[in-house]
Amino acid sequence: MIVTKRQNRMTLVALLVIGVSLAGYLGLKAFNENLLYFFSPTDVTEGKIPKGKGFRLGGMVAKGSVKRDGIKVMFDITDYANTFRISYSGILPDLFKEGQGIITTGSLVNGVFMATEVLAKHDENYMPPEVADALEKAKNKQ
Amino acid sequence: MWKWIQAFASPKNFYQISQKIIPWFLFPFIVLTLVGLYWGLIVAPIDYQQGESYRIMFIHLPAAWMSMFIYLVLAISGGIGLIWQIKLAYVVAKVSAPIGAAFTFLALVTGAVWGKPMWGTWWVWDARLTSELILLFLYLAYMSLNNAFDNPKTASKASSVLAIVGLVNLPIIHYSVKWWNTLHQGASVSVNKVAIQDADMLIALLLMGMAFKFLYGTLMLMRARDEVLVTEQNSSWVKKIIMEQ
Repeated sequence: MIVTKRQNRMTLVALLVIGVSLAGYLGLKAFNENLLYFFSPTDVTEGKIPKGKGFRLGGMVAKGSVKRDGIKVMFDITDYANTFRISYSGILPDLFKEGQGIITTGSLVNGVFMATEVLAKHDENYMPPEVADALEKAKNKQ
Repeated sequence: MWKWIQAFASPKNFYQISQKIIPWFLFPFIVLTLVGLYWGLIVAPIDYQQGESYRIMFIHLPAAWMSMFIYLVLAISGGIGLIWQIKLAYVVAKVSAPIGAAFTFLALVTGAVWGKPMWGTWWVWDARLTSELILLFLYLAYMSLNNAFDNPKTASKASSVLAIVGLVNLPIIHYSVKWWNTLHQGASVSVNKVAIQDADMLIALLLMGMAFKFLYGTLMLMRARDEVLVTEQNSSWVKKIIMEQ
């Protein structure tokens, strides 16, 4: 078989793509833990969080748990398996409400998560309010 | 077939044919943008969660799509240039890079402006935002490398290798919201799922998506024509054009 120069170059480019993909895969595998932006309450109870350092805790604001006292606010966040009490004083994002996904930054002090920042997360669904209401009603009927 | 491709890809033919093609990109871009903006800003209803603020999506998403699409063009034309040594492929890659960088920048800026009122922050170092920022740096690195050599052939080869190496970032951007938990939400429009549950919202988004594709086509062809004139400045057909003007 005669290998032309063009086929040679084609092989080189293919090897380049394969090599880089492999390196990327291994690199990401090694750094996997560090690429997580936040931990869930379950991660925390399982002890996956870094010791003695601040971290981000993400989950849903538990229904009926928000208690405001001036600028100070206490609420629970949950992943429906484990729950943590959050204490925060500061401005909350507009999307903050019960049932909303949020991400807080802070550290655990005696079982209470003292947050220095609260960010709201929203999902990828977009719909007019009427549709959202209709969906909510259909859900409640079940 | 092979001869036919080579004939079309000759700089001279490209220069002549592209002039006729450009209006077919420019006018669809104008019409799609006007209709798309009207549809997005006036026809589409407000969002149940984000109210009016979600409308920045009609710029943010198409810009982000283009940032990745143009990088793919960069890597593929770089590969074609390296393997088949077609000069025009290098030209396409070279002139596309600044356009891609501009779309990436637009995606990052509109994302920040959107993030502040909704999330409560301009920027976070989560996997999606960081990988998109790396994409911007890849474009800038590509452009710098392309300009760092005196010999244009060496420049094209070196920058094409860089473009292909950077290809690994594209799946990372795309799947970052799936593989890791991020502040950024998941994909609203993907092959097997559309999470936009309103026809007008979706129409506006797709119109703007197409508009940006045509904008890229227009800008790329216009820039490629200029670049061809520069790289072929010593050939007789370019001299003839200059003499005629």
